Amino acid sequence: MSTLAPSPAAPAADARPARPAYKVTAARVVRSEWAKLWSLRSTWITLGLALVFLIAFGLIAAAQFKSRLDSGRHMDRDFADASTLSLSLFGTNFAQLALGVLGVLIAAGEYSTGMIRSTLAAVPRRLPVLWAKAGVYAVIALVLATVGVFAAFLTDTGILAGTRAAMTLSSAGAVRGLFGASVYLALVGVIGVALGALLRSVAGGISVLVASLMLVPGLVSLLPTDWQSHLSPYLPSHAGEAMFALHHDTTTLSPTAGLLVFLAWTVLALAGAAVRLVRSDV
Amino acid sequence: MIEAHQLTKRYGEKTAVDRLDFTVKPGTVTGFLGPNGAGKSTTMRMIVGLDAPTSGSVRVNGRRYAEHAAPLQEVGALLEARSIHPGRTAFNHLLAQAHTHGIPRRRVEEVIELTGLQSVAKKRAGAFSLGMGQRLGIAAALLGDPATVMLDEPVNGLDPEGVLWIRNLLTSLAAEGRTVFVSSHLMSEVALVADHLIIVGRGRLLADTTVQELVRQAGGDIVKVVSADPAKLRSVLAGTGVEITGRSGSEELLVTGRTAREIGTAAAEHGIALYELSPRTVSLEEAFMDLTRDAVEYHGTTTAPAETLRSAA
Repeated sequence: MSTLAPSPAAPAADARPARPAYKVTAARVVRSEWAKLWSLRSTWITLGLALVFLIAFGLIAAAQFKSRLDSGRHMDRDFADASTLSLSLFGTNFAQLALGVLGVLIAAGEYSTGMIRSTLAAVPRRLPVLWAKAGVYAVIALVLATVGVFAAFLTDTGILAGTRAAMTLSSAGAVRGLFGASVYLALVGVIGVALGALLRSVAGGISVLVASLMLVPGLVSLLPTDWQSHLSPYLPSHAGEAMFALHHDTTTLSPTAGLLVFLAWTVLALAGAAVRLVRSDV
Repeated sequence: MIEAHQLTKRYGEKTAVDRLDFTVKPGTVTGFLGPNGAGKSTTMRMIVGLDAPTSGSVRVNGRRYAEHAAPLQEVGALLEARSIHPGRTAFNHLLAQAHTHGIPRRRVEEVIELTGLQSVAKKRAGAFSLGMGQRLGIAAALLGDPATVMLDEPVNGLDPEGVLWIRNLLTSLAAEGRTVFVSSHLMSEVALVADHLIIVGRGRLLADTTVQELVRQAGGDIVKVVSADPAKLRSVLAGTGVEITGRSGSEELLVTGRTAREIGTAAAEHGIALYELSPRTVSLEEAFMDLTRDAVEYHGTTTAPAETLRSAA
């Protein structure tokens, strides 16, 4: 801490021993958030669950399809139209919950525990914390989701070879769909972080996340039909689905449009979180 | 150095901090005193930018806290409420804080040793006792080797050993030339370590003073003297700045403005026999209670409602 080496020409004005010069930088805030994320058990558990959901449900869906096909049992329309891509992405619905909830925990968990006071005392400019949290988690979720969907797809390729749902990585739309799904999952995670920071409550963040991804589409279907057709494709969940669906028709957005709309939702949530973070006392 | 200028914080109708002006100077321990609800914690949160002032400003070493390149090196703060994630180990908590400033791992180990947390550093902070939690908070406050150390009610809930440890820590931090700013609602605790006192009540500044000055203002040192001839002693001791009280017919006098030594010498010179000579310091606690009587948020007596109404009006 203190330097004992005598410095004969030490200026009289500075009698105290030289102190190291520390500085807060964006990269250091990212490093801190990275360390914070991995030092909690909930991170490992939730990420593990997300990966299991992606791979196991993709596998189960494919096996189920195969067995029904072999036994000639009746399949409902959705299932009958299935492809290797759609079956391997069956776990996406469940993984998005795990990843979204972890996102909420990353931000709102700091408020519920009081950790936010330590965090913002170290980085009183505040916004770098939000960007670092969102960025770090986006990358982690993206890598995990990519591993998960590709693993599920490659396994399912083996199971479904020779059936009418058969696809390989070289099939049209396969790689695009898989990357679309992993980008979608990463963005759901970022939206979770944003909602957690915006609402500062774990329960509130999870509720809004689940509602906007799963309940709102149901509510919109109660609207008059012509409103529905204009509104529906732009809902977060429908725009997200467009990113990884194999077939697109007039009622859905193209993958690119889906990505842009979903990105817009993400940016909106982050903007709300940023305003609240800067404006409100903690 | 902390400088507050007309610092104000309002929550709706309630004014938690009301136009505070004060300066906390380096190299001293400054006590921040006031009854519960006086606005001490709110003031401290504003100093490190967790709460934004409604008006006025507070500067740390010449700048707003958030404007410093390395805030943890300017002010290390232990805030009243726990500020840790219970699922993280003490070591990982400190390391994550250190990362933001590029503080080396070596320094993390140093503060763990300094606060005596070696044996529990790898345990999750949620399992910590109150005392361990306080030590971890202090370790975090010292992490950036800060010029100013600010502690909000550090001895709250600590056992005697912990209290003694904090006391010694504060004194040694000030001896190293740091600014130490420590809040408490217990005068007796602060008087042991602080040189300077900032006393607040209901968010207002009541006194910006030193311990000696506060005692002097509260009536100073009283000497009780019992003698064979109180009437003669009275006339011997009389002079400017001297106040003598005593009931007639009693051998006892209470003298302010003269030391016990002076009284003893004067009595000997005049051949007055003394039976008792005892200096009595006004308790700081009493002086503090006097000062804050009107500002106490919640009185324990039945006069409280009237008091509250009057001040709310």
